[in-house]
Amino acid sequence: MFNQPVVIEVKNLGVRLEGTPVLTDVNLTVQAGDFLGIIGPNGGGKTTFLKVLAGLIRPDHGQVTVLGHSPFHSRGGVGYVPQYANFDRSFPVSVGEVVLTGRLAHRRGRRFSSEDRKIAVQALEKVEMQGLRNRHIAELSGGEQQRVLLARALAGTPEVLLLDEPTASVDSRFVASFYELLRELNREMTLILVSHDISAVSRYVKTVACLNHTLYYEHSREISSTIIEKAYQCPVDLIAHGVPHRVLPPHNGVVGT
Amino acid sequence: MSSVLAYDFMRNAFLAGFLVSLACGVVGTYVVVKRLVFISGGISHTAYGGIGLGYYLGISPMLGATFFTTLSALGMGLVSHRGRQREDTVIGIMWAVGMAVGIIFVALSPGYTADLMSYLFGSILTVPGNDLWLMAGLDLVIILVVVLFFEDFKAVAFDEEFARVMGVATERINLLLLFLVALTVVVLIRAVGIILVIALLSIPAAIAGQFTRNLGQMMGWSTLLGIIFTSTGLYLSYLYNLPSGATIILVAAAGYLLSLLYARWQRSARLPVNRLAAREDCEATVVKK
Repeated sequence: MFNQPVVIEVKNLGVRLEGTPVLTDVNLTVQAGDFLGIIGPNGGGKTTFLKVLAGLIRPDHGQVTVLGHSPFHSRGGVGYVPQYANFDRSFPVSVGEVVLTGRLAHRRGRRFSSEDRKIAVQALEKVEMQGLRNRHIAELSGGEQQRVLLARALAGTPEVLLLDEPTASVDSRFVASFYELLRELNREMTLILVSHDISAVSRYVKTVACLNHTLYYEHSREISSTIIEKAYQCPVDLIAHGVPHRVLPPHNGVVGT
Repeated sequence: MSSVLAYDFMRNAFLAGFLVSLACGVVGTYVVVKRLVFISGGISHTAYGGIGLGYYLGISPMLGATFFTTLSALGMGLVSHRGRQREDTVIGIMWAVGMAVGIIFVALSPGYTADLMSYLFGSILTVPGNDLWLMAGLDLVIILVVVLFFEDFKAVAFDEEFARVMGVATERINLLLLFLVALTVVVLIRAVGIILVIALLSIPAAIAGQFTRNLGQMMGWSTLLGIIFTSTGLYLSYLYNLPSGATIILVAAAGYLLSLLYARWQRSARLPVNRLAAREDCEATVVKK
């Protein structure tokens, strides 16, 4: 996978929100086909970073290139699944209509074509929600809503899919099937997923990075303990949990023996 | 009712009610779902500044009102979008300043300004023919813009952040929507007056929103409700010799109260058992996969 073209390049990125530095000196290169999991403590800037990649926040320093353009000009190639549904549940709109808004960047003119509608239906089929197409969004469970948001992003046939804590509102019974779905999608597109749930992330992603104001990244599935220590400033917790597919390499020292 | 329609001014009044309801139904739907009620109140009150200006310059007060509402819609839209100040504070200030400007202009205007009250509280019974044409023209503009930008408005109202990721110029769409509010306020001033505009903009859409599942339906039902409220209010005001604008608003408010009671009764009568069962079926199939 190291011969794949670069889809995302971030150089010396710095972001301040209301005067407070949230991200400093972030560097990252993502190749096509990657499934990158970004973990890190709450308030570490994960959501902000994803929003920079989505073109929602303008960086104060550095350079960000997504699919060869600035994030503000790469519309249509990027899919975005927000952290939680930040919409009004009483809004009069059906599941099908929500998914159709994923075609906004691709429509010709100001209306949607029958082609757009067809692609939106296919996106719903991909997340196995086609049966709920005519439902009102308020009638969906948290997990179903998350699938609809995923379908909305997929309707834009993205090359890069950005996901912000996608399983936060998903019933724990369905988390595994949600990640399986993501792994399936990874065959067609590059995925970048942000989460504080290290064990879930490490099981499904191809590479892991750690974000706490700055990004610690070594292009691999394992994270060295020094990086975790730098990012979390609290390594003990992570090792003691005994995650099934560990992010951390076996220790050389005398920990826990 | 037929005896009522024998009078020319009554026919005009019912026609005005229809034109008002159309603007309210369409734009009021956005005002309600996008929570623009307060900003709309601000825009409508600044219209008084324009009416005062119209009097002072000796031009049509409606023209002055259009100018002022458009300007204030733009101003409030930029403030709420750029967001450096607290939005509601700035809206409140512009609201008062618009009224103050109007009062000053009226005081400076020479001559007779007796029908000023009709702009504040409406006088649907005395809408002149050329104002009906103005209202019809503005209705047409509103409907054309909504038809053209329907998907953009829906996307921005539902999830502005996602619309932005999809490359929609959300700030321009928001300003366009507030411009429609400004035009609607002008359409409404003649019928219910500046002070009561907000009720007719919000009540029909708020009722329709409880019983409809998409924006198009909501617009249709709000328009129909608007027609019912304005006609009933008009008829009652004729029957009992009451001020028309206030009667229309009270009829609408009574309708809103009834709708709340009905929605409550409907919820308790029909427990959402079926919906839950259907949902579990669906999740079960997902698990099997």
